[in-house]
Amino acid sequence: MGCDTRTSTSAAPAEYRDLFQEFKGQEGELITILVRVQERFGYISEESLKQISRFLKLSENQIFGVASFFSKFRFDAPGTTSIKVCMGTACHVHGGSQLSDAVGWRLGINFGQASRDGRFDFQRVNCIGACALAPVVVVNEQVHARAMVTSMQELLESHE
Amino acid sequence: MMNRFLEAQTKAKRAWSELTANSEPVIYIGSGTCGMAAGAASVGQMVQETLDKHGLHARVLRVGCIGPCYLEPLMDVKLPGKPRISYSNMDSTKVRQVLEALLLKGGTASEQAFAHFGEEQGPFTAGIPRFQDTPVMRHQVRMVLRNCGHIDPEDIDHYLANDGYVGLANALAQSPETVIEMVKEAGLRGRGGAGFPTFRKWQICRGAPGDTKYVICNCSEGDPGAFMNRSLIEGDPHCVLEGLLIAGYAIGASQGYVYINSDYHLAIQRLRKAIAQMHEHGLLGENILGSGFSFEIKLKDGGGAFVCGEETALIASIEGRRGMPRFRPPFPAIAGLNGKPTIINNVETLGTLPNILRHGAAWYSRHGSTGNAGTKTFSLVGKVRRPGLIEVPLGTTLRQIIYDIGGGPWKPFKAVQTGGPSGGCLSEEFLDLPVEYEAMASAGSIMGSGGMIVVDEDTCAVDLARYFLGFTQAESCGKCVPCRVGTYQMGRILDDLACGRGKPEDISKLQNLAETVRRTSLCGLGQTAPNPVLTTLRHFRAEYLAHAKEKICPAAGCKELVEYHIDPGKCTGCQRCVKVCPTEAIRGARSETHVIDPNLCIRCKACFEVCRYDTLAGNAITYSSRRSQS
Ligand SMILES: Cc1cc2nc3c(=O)[nH]c(=O)nc-3n(C[C@H](O)[C@H](O)[C@H](O)COP(=O)(O)O)c2cc1C
Ligand code: FES
Repeated sequence: MGCDTRTSTSAAPAEYRDLFQEFKGQEGELITILVRVQERFGYISEESLKQISRFLKLSENQIFGVASFFSKFRFDAPGTTSIKVCMGTACHVHGGSQLSDAVGWRLGINFGQASRDGRFDFQRVNCIGACALAPVVVVNEQVHARAMVTSMQELLESHE
Repeated sequence: MMNRFLEAQTKAKRAWSELTANSEPVIYIGSGTCGMAAGAASVGQMVQETLDKHGLHARVLRVGCIGPCYLEPLMDVKLPGKPRISYSNMDSTKVRQVLEALLLKGGTASEQAFAHFGEEQGPFTAGIPRFQDTPVMRHQVRMVLRNCGHIDPEDIDHYLANDGYVGLANALAQSPETVIEMVKEAGLRGRGGAGFPTFRKWQICRGAPGDTKYVICNCSEGDPGAFMNRSLIEGDPHCVLEGLLIAGYAIGASQGYVYINSDYHLAIQRLRKAIAQMHEHGLLGENILGSGFSFEIKLKDGGGAFVCGEETALIASIEGRRGMPRFRPPFPAIAGLNGKPTIINNVETLGTLPNILRHGAAWYSRHGSTGNAGTKTFSLVGKVRRPGLIEVPLGTTLRQIIYDIGGGPWKPFKAVQTGGPSGGCLSEEFLDLPVEYEAMASAGSIMGSGGMIVVDEDTCAVDLARYFLGFTQAESCGKCVPCRVGTYQMGRILDDLACGRGKPEDISKLQNLAETVRRTSLCGLGQTAPNPVLTTLRHFRAEYLAHAKEKICPAAGCKELVEYHIDPGKCTGCQRCVKVCPTEAIRGARSETHVIDPNLCIRCKACFEVCRYDTLAGNAITYSSRRSQS
């Protein structure tokens, strides 16, 4: 990760300008800004680090240091179909790890990765608040309650 | 200013009584996170379609979680002049049936009904129990959750009509010292886990020198199987914000923060709306209700790290730094955010304050037991028949919670874990333990913030300890050596045991390490991380020994020690399992007995499921613990 903090006279690209509008440029806003950037672009790119660095007048290293502390921030582009397997306690005791093994095997990737063709994105989440429906898998923001390994396989096939 | 509040309140009450003594039917849709996950959106759509189809009119309210999440999606209907009736596990067909029965045919569809909310039984509700009399609710007391599921959380008028902000008005009419005194008399203890008396923390902060002080609402909720704080905010955001104002007034702060997990989208959206409404009503800003007290609230996104629930790590993260804890003292009440005196309270602690200020200390401490006043919410989940969000008086026993409220597990009970990854795992002989701070601690567990997970005989104690330790190890911030290295080493020993590579002496090694990490870690994360290991070692030692000596997992819960078998007598040769196996571990021609290659099997259970539930299959696949070769 670079640590180039030379200020440039060129203004931030429009999409970042919009994004930064609600902020004052204080260090305490860093995490919220990271959250907004990730919501907008799906991940924190090197370009994002550079823009945040200019806006907050913090080094890119410092920003990356904070961002990488929190497992929710990612630094590579997500795959198209998002698959989140809940690894919370309730889901674990209802067989969540079997589900994730089967999904991971099928896609040939581990948690936190996108499939090589970029079509799938595989993440773990810790409790989405639907423990009564455990185990749950979230596919493109759609919650699949009481998920079974076999139904997940069918679902993946339908997205393939 | 006060007049403005009273006017708003009168107007809200009038609108509320029109709603409840309505001329139009009211339809309530449970739209908390649990309801949405179960399909509340399509229930809402179907409600609208049914109304449109018959040219009917009704008020549709989207309310928060009312508690019994296992019944979601829930739809309640209140006809004019009649009690509200609750219908559970709705789908499109049921929505149509119920609405047509109620709105067109004059019936109640009582066979679909779960409960009604009337004061007493009448002919209209024949065959339907009162909500409060159902087994899941009978032992519960709704204090902090009183509005959840009953009001539209996005409408401040609903909150005002139900005596919202009366607690704040009462507080502002008294001196901050009197407010602190009331909270002391009520006996309120922090609901974030440790149970520290709320008034004492406040006193220290109020007495600390300096004009700038802060109060922070802790909605980090990092326990990976708990959702009570999120549900409270989703269902009744104003009660938490009102509590934040009361706390701010008591300690002399004019700035409050809500530190909230940024994945809690619905809760954040509701807080934003609520804060805007408070401004409109003069409940935030300068000179609130003409009292001279000024206050502002900001939302702060939490990065979702478990350690950020710890006070000093939380502060670091609000300041835009890595969420690492620091040594205490100084305590945040003396030197916290930006070095200023700061109070951090849990969501539920704050949500309880309006009740205390409205009804008085004695009213609050009616419930609960000596030294453990009031109620506590729990997310009761895992292997119970009726999982959901519950609220019980302190002093209720674990047995009452798990069996009377939760309906007990289907298979024999094994253990209950309270306090999440920081808590302990209690076996059957502790079922009659009252849920109180000291009693839980003496049993080696903690009250915690409200996670409560029940497991049955299918869960292996070693696997459970390994799961929690894996979590805390990944969440360890790495600042202090005992936690960073100790949890890693403990994890390796547990991995070995779970895979059948362990040795009997590993168990005492694990015990010693656990004790060291507990005693020497810098913050609460490391100090409590060994709890699941220590308690399972204490209560399920035989199971550890079976893994270490015989290399088997008696509960068949450790994947690495499990083997799948096909019963040749039952196998129909349907090839269903051959098709679903992701690793091609199962072979066999059609109509011939199939066999599983244990070396290719990843134990994902797909074959087991399909063999059990597919009509052509013979339920021939079983799994059991094997003896490890190593
Ligand atoms: C690792 C760790 C995680 C914690 N997580 C939370 C949490 O998610 N929510 C919470 O309210 N308190 C949490 N706490 C406790 C807080 O540090 C603090 O004691 C609490 O918020 C104080 O509020 P209370 O007095 O109202 O209970 C955590 C503590 C530790 C050590
Ligand atoms: S543990 Fe998976 S939803 Fe709560």
